[in-house]
Amino acid sequence: MAFTLDRRAFLAGAAAAALPCAPAIAAAPPVRIGLMTVKTGPLAQGGIQMEQGFTLFLKHRNSTLAGREVELIVADTGGNPAGAKTKAQELIERDKVDFIVGPLAAFELLAITNYVEQHKVPMLSLAAADDMTQRKPNAFFVRASATSSQCTHPLGDYAAKEMKLKRVATISEDFAFGYEQIGGFQQVFEDSGGRIVMKLWPPLNTADFTPFISQFAGIDGVMNGFAGSNPIKFNQQYAELGAKAKWPILGGWTAYDDALLKSFGDDAVGAISAAWYSSEIDTPSNKRFVADILKEYGNIPGGYAAGLYINGMCIEAALKKTGGKTEDRQALIAALRAVSLTDTPRGPFHFDHLGNVVGTVFIRRLERKNGKLVNTIIKTYPNVSQFWTYDEKEYLAKPVYSRDYPPLKS
Amino acid sequence: MSQWLLLGVNSVSLGGLLFLLSAGFSLIFGLMRIPNLTHGSFFMLGAYFGVTLLQLGWNFWLAALVAAVGIAAVGGVIERLLLRRLAGQELAQVLVTLGLSFMIADLCLMVWGGDPIPFDAPPGLRGALPIASIVFPTYRLVVVVIAVVIAAALWLLLERTRLGAMIRAGVDDEAMARVTGIRVSRIFTIVFCLGAAVAGFAGVIGGPILSVYPGLDGDMLPLALIVVILGGTGSLLGALLGSLIIGFLYNYGQVLFPELAYIILFLPMLLILLFRPQGLFGRHVP
Repeated sequence: MAFTLDRRAFLAGAAAAALPCAPAIAAAPPVRIGLMTVKTGPLAQGGIQMEQGFTLFLKHRNSTLAGREVELIVADTGGNPAGAKTKAQELIERDKVDFIVGPLAAFELLAITNYVEQHKVPMLSLAAADDMTQRKPNAFFVRASATSSQCTHPLGDYAAKEMKLKRVATISEDFAFGYEQIGGFQQVFEDSGGRIVMKLWPPLNTADFTPFISQFAGIDGVMNGFAGSNPIKFNQQYAELGAKAKWPILGGWTAYDDALLKSFGDDAVGAISAAWYSSEIDTPSNKRFVADILKEYGNIPGGYAAGLYINGMCIEAALKKTGGKTEDRQALIAALRAVSLTDTPRGPFHFDHLGNVVGTVFIRRLERKNGKLVNTIIKTYPNVSQFWTYDEKEYLAKPVYSRDYPPLKS
Repeated sequence: MSQWLLLGVNSVSLGGLLFLLSAGFSLIFGLMRIPNLTHGSFFMLGAYFGVTLLQLGWNFWLAALVAAVGIAAVGGVIERLLLRRLAGQELAQVLVTLGLSFMIADLCLMVWGGDPIPFDAPPGLRGALPIASIVFPTYRLVVVVIAVVIAAALWLLLERTRLGAMIRAGVDDEAMARVTGIRVSRIFTIVFCLGAAVAGFAGVIGGPILSVYPGLDGDMLPLALIVVILGGTGSLLGALLGSLIIGFLYNYGQVLFPELAYIILFLPMLLILLFRPQGLFGRHVP
């Protein structure tokens, strides 16, 4: 490595000597960033927004970070683990990227985490799998969004203390993101005096939620962890069957993401959700971000676009710290993990020693204002860690939230 | 108690929607032996056509009919240009229709974007009706009526018209039908268009319940396959009863046996394939 650098420096020096007019900057190659997103298949909705967020960020910075030009390589994983693995290999071995941004889904991330760590490429992903920064951490991973349970912990607190709910039923897709969101909610809600009385897990591709909704009884609220296109179907059916009139509905960030607002009807009005990002946040960079996404793409941004914009800001801050250098990967990841920003679309945040974000979580109520649906912020929980208020050691000694953990109390 | 009544009514309603979804598949497979894996795509494409017309301010029923005609045209092109050349080659048909379904899915993503698009039921049918101790969404009851009307229309077409007689002749014995002067290849095109049209129509009718989103095709296709395998191909009665059985199984099964959520619909299919491979009402042994 040292030899190559020396030779390169020598060649650059020789070239500069031979051609006195050649600009010195020509010797510095661009910073290469590989964006792993999903542009085809059912997960494309979030993937397209991810690309919008990152593209806008580079546009705002004129594709130059810390004085170095940026080359963006966009890879479409197709939203499956095999595709993610192939694209990660292409990005690392062929394109020699300095950073990987993405992928979207936890099962994609899990397929490449070991590989990316071995090659020491800093990776910034929205994928929420708790254990990526808990029990099975990756030393080259940074997550500026949230773990699956990071937002539902405060939601459990809010449901018990502010909404005074006592008995809640939960419903979410039958996969890890659902288990972890619901598990986090249950842990804090029950520690705050509430009780989860029923947990339902419809398969991912459930067409009709009626059989599940019909089981709700003897409760005073429903918590859901849906994602993708399911929130639209679920809220419509929840309202149609008269359940909405009986029990308030709560949800995680993907269930009521701001980008979904244009797809919701009045069925979702009144929903209480917890999110790490809201288009309503009043910071200068968020105002600019929301206005420009609206201008460029015609939609209100949600977590996917904001998350990628914020990932871009993290890369920029880290590069500033290393003086634009990317060769020393240990120094690069150290700089990335030491990033602490205040004016970002999600407000102030920093990272913990495992690479996960510590930042604000917003509790929102979905309302119709001036004819438009908005998620009005009704409470903020600042400095929320992935461990909530629990002790890290005790928290990590317990199993990761799953279908059966925490168990239902009989 | 009211929970079980709700599930019962919903079973019939879901059965109605499943019938609309699978009738076309059953017709096409029954006559042409084409396992048409673009059927889910026809359903989704119909829903997208419908929602586009609704956004332009069209009447719901008119939008559903026009979407059906549009999908019939798409189906006609696919049959004439592609499937026609692959007659009798089942593996090639499976691969071509599967490939087409991927292409249609990505085309929809390009045109309509990745966000789910909700539909409203037609005005006047949006509320809920009280039935004994429960309230049930009015529109879902209307779906049952539509399914019955479509079933009756298809039955009349197949059993009481000259075209229907020719289709049945083609189903029963293609070679003999040709010998008697029936232009079976033209019948094939008509049936394929008809099957596609019913699927596209079903996409619009299902819209207010399912909304439309990328992946809707893949969610619906297995349901159509299950219904048709259960009921038997080429049989309207089979499709109707298969849909009802699946409707009940889905609703009660999810509640009574939540641990079997993934396989509950496939178990009866497995038994049928083992013990009565032609389906409950099918006329052919595959």
